[in-house]
Amino acid sequence: MKKTSKAKNLLKGDFLTYLLVIVVYAVFQFMIANGSLGSLYEGLLVPVCIYVIMALALNLVVGIVGELSLGHAGFMCVGAFSGAIFSKITADMITTDLLRFVLAILVGAVTAAVFGFLIGIPVLRLNGDYLAIVTLAFGEIIKNVMNVIYLGVDEKGLHFSMKDELALNLAEGGKTIVKGPQGIIGTPHNSTFTIGVVLILITLVIVLNLIHSRSGRAIMAIRDNRIAAESIGINITKYKMMAFVISAALAGVAGVLYSHNISSLQAQPQNFGYNMSIMILVYVVLGGIGNMRGSIIAAAILTVLPEMLREFQDYRMLMYAIVLILMMLFNWAPACRRFRERYSLKRIFAKKNTKEAQ
Amino acid sequence: MSGSPDFKEDTKMKKFKKALSLMLAAAMVLSLAACGGSDKGGSKDEAKSSGEEVFKIGGIGPITGANASYGLGVKNGAQIAVDEINAAGGINGYKVEYKFEDDVTDNEKSVHAYNTLKDWGMQLLMGSTTSTCSITVSAKSSADNMFQLTPSGSAVDCVATDNAFQVCFTDPNQGVRSAQYIAEHKMATKIAGIYDSSDTYSSGIWTSFKKEAANQGIEIVAEGAFTADNKTDFSVQLQQAKDAGAEMVFMPIYFTEAALILAQADAMGFAPQFVGCDGMDGILTVKNFDTSLAEGLVLLTPFAATAEDELTQKYVETYKKNYNEIPNQFSADAYDAIYIMKAAIEKADLKPSDGVSAICDGMKAVMTEINVKGLTSDEEGMTWTEGGEVSKAPKAAVIKNGEYVMAQ
Repeated sequence: MKKTSKAKNLLKGDFLTYLLVIVVYAVFQFMIANGSLGSLYEGLLVPVCIYVIMALALNLVVGIVGELSLGHAGFMCVGAFSGAIFSKITADMITTDLLRFVLAILVGAVTAAVFGFLIGIPVLRLNGDYLAIVTLAFGEIIKNVMNVIYLGVDEKGLHFSMKDELALNLAEGGKTIVKGPQGIIGTPHNSTFTIGVVLILITLVIVLNLIHSRSGRAIMAIRDNRIAAESIGINITKYKMMAFVISAALAGVAGVLYSHNISSLQAQPQNFGYNMSIMILVYVVLGGIGNMRGSIIAAAILTVLPEMLREFQDYRMLMYAIVLILMMLFNWAPACRRFRERYSLKRIFAKKNTKEAQ
Repeated sequence: MSGSPDFKEDTKMKKFKKALSLMLAAAMVLSLAACGGSDKGGSKDEAKSSGEEVFKIGGIGPITGANASYGLGVKNGAQIAVDEINAAGGINGYKVEYKFEDDVTDNEKSVHAYNTLKDWGMQLLMGSTTSTCSITVSAKSSADNMFQLTPSGSAVDCVATDNAFQVCFTDPNQGVRSAQYIAEHKMATKIAGIYDSSDTYSSGIWTSFKKEAANQGIEIVAEGAFTADNKTDFSVQLQQAKDAGAEMVFMPIYFTEAALILAQADAMGFAPQFVGCDGMDGILTVKNFDTSLAEGLVLLTPFAATAEDELTQKYVETYKKNYNEIPNQFSADAYDAIYIMKAAIEKADLKPSDGVSAICDGMKAVMTEINVKGLTSDEEGMTWTEGGEVSKAPKAAVIKNGEYVMAQ
C-alpha cells in the first residue's frame, strides 16, 4: 500500500516538472506573440534553455551518480564545435534548416558521448576529489586543443592542421571552417526557443526515466553504498559509465544549441573554461543536488539574474554575488529551511485538509 | 529538534533565526523589486525623450573583468565626445543620448548587452570593444540593419557585414604595417615574437607580421606562443629569444602580459628592443610595474596622450579632469567613433525619426565619402572602404621618461 502511494507521489513530482516547463513555455510564447517581452528577454530564452540542459546533465552525475564532475563545460565545448563544424560543412548539401540542425544535435551528442566514454574509462575508477580534479583537467585540455585546431574544406575533402591556417594547403575556392583561436564564425542561427524547450523535455524524459528505472536504482545504490552495491553483484563501472556517458551527451546537446545561437564560437575561458563548469555546479547545488526541478529553476534564475541587475551599473557583479549568497542561505541554511517548512504552502494546505477531514 | 533538552534556549534561537531569515528574504525581494522598479523608470524616460527627438547611441564593452580598462576607456572617451556635441548643439540640431552596457568580454553577454540597448531604443551602435564580441554582435545588428561602428574591434570579420565599420586598423593591416615600419626604420633584422595563440587579436597580427616580415628581409629567429590560461611565466619564451640572438622582441599582445614580460626579461638580463602594437597602450598604468623597464619601448599605436596638437591636448585635459586618468588609445578610438557618426549623419542629412533601418542605409551610403580628422589620425584624416575598413596613416609612439612620445 505504502509503496504504491510513493510511486504515485514520484510520478506526481515528475508530472509537475514537465508541466512547469510547458506552462512557462506557453507563457513566454504568448508574450513573444503580443510583443510584450522585449529583445533582452527574448534573447535570453535560448541561453536559459542551454544552461537548464547543462544543469540537468550535471545533476545526473552529481546528484544521481554522486560524483563531482568539474569538466562539463568541456563536453559542452566538444558538442558545440562538432555540431557547428557539421552545420558548416553540410550547409550547401542539406538545405532544410530543421533537418540539418537535428542532425547537428545528434552529431554533437554522439561526439560528446564518445569523449565521455573515453574520459570515463580512466576517470570512473577514481572517486570523490580525484575524479573532480581529473575532470577539471579534461575540461581545460579540451578547451586548449580546440584553440590549436585548424580545419578546412575544399573539393578534395577535409584538411586538418595544428600549425596554422596556411598549413592547411587548401585548393582554390576551399574555405577554412575552424581557425584555431578565432574559432568558427558564421554558424547558421538555428537555435530557437521552441527547439530549446523540446530539448529540455527530451532531457527530462531521459534523466527522469533513467532515475526510476532498474539501472537508475543500481546507480543510486552505488552512490549510497559502493561496497554494499558491489557485494550484491552490481557492475559498478558499467552503471557509472552509463550515467556519465548520458550526461556527456546531454551536455553536448546543450553545446550544439549554444553554437547555433550566436554566430561566432571560440573556446575561451569565459564560455568553456572551468569557471563555466563551476557556474553549472552552482546551478545544481542551488537547485538541490539530485533535484531536477530545482536545477531547472536555479539555472533559469541565475542566467537571467546578471542581466536583470544591469540597472546597478558598476555594482552589477557585486549585487549578483550578494543575491547568490542570499539565495543559497534562503534555500539551504538550516534555520531558513526550518522556517520554510513551518510556513510552506504544502503544510498549510495539509493542515487545512486534515481539519476539514476532522 | 523539539526533543532538545534546553528547549527554551532553542526556541529563542529559533526566533532569532526566523527573524534573520525573514530579513534576508525581505532584502532579496527588495533587491529584485528595485531592479523591477528602475526598469519602469527606464521606460518612463523613453516616453519623455520621445517628445523631443534625440539620437540614441549605444556602446558595448567590458567594464568588469580582465579587460575592464579597455571598456572603461571606450565608455569614457565616447562620453566626452557626446558631451561636447551636445554642448555645441547636437547633430543636425538633435541632441545625443548615450548609454553603455557591460559584456565582460563574453560573446553571449555581448548579445545580451545589445538586446538591452535595443530595448532602450538605440539607433546607432558604437561597439563592441573587443573583436570576437563585435563579430558576434554584428550578426545580430545586420539582421536588424542597425549601423555599427566598432571603436577597437580589429579582426577582419568585425566588418564582414555591410552595416559594420571600424575605427582602428584590422589585425592583418597592423601586422603588415608593423613589419614595414620596422624595416623602414631599420630597427632590427633578427626578431623574436611572443604572442597569445588563444587570442584572435594577437594571433591575427602575428600571422600577418610573419608573412610580411619575409618580404621585408626580416628574419624571425624565435617564436614563443602562450595561451590565456598560462600567461604569468614567460621565462621559456624569453630564454628561447635570448638563445636565438634576437635583437628585437615583437609582442602583439595586451599590456598586462607585456608588463610581466618586461619585468622577467630584466630579471634574466635580456635587453633587446621591445616593440608592441596598440594593445600595449596602457602599460604605464599597470599597478606595481616599474615604468623604467618600459623605457624605449616602441608601440605602434595611433594615439599618444602627449601629442602636441590642439585636439589631443584638449581631450587629454578634459579626460583627466573628468576621470582622473590619462586616456588610453581605446578611449581615443571611441571619441573618434562618435565624431565619425556625427560626420556621417550630417553628410546624409538624417534625423532620429527616420528609424533605425533608414539611418543605417543613409550612413552606409556616405561612409565611403566622408573624411574625418580625429585623435587617432594625422592631418590627412580617415576614410573608409566599402567593406568597412578604415584607411589612415600608421603612427608609432616611444616611451621616454615615463611618457608616450610620438615617434617621428
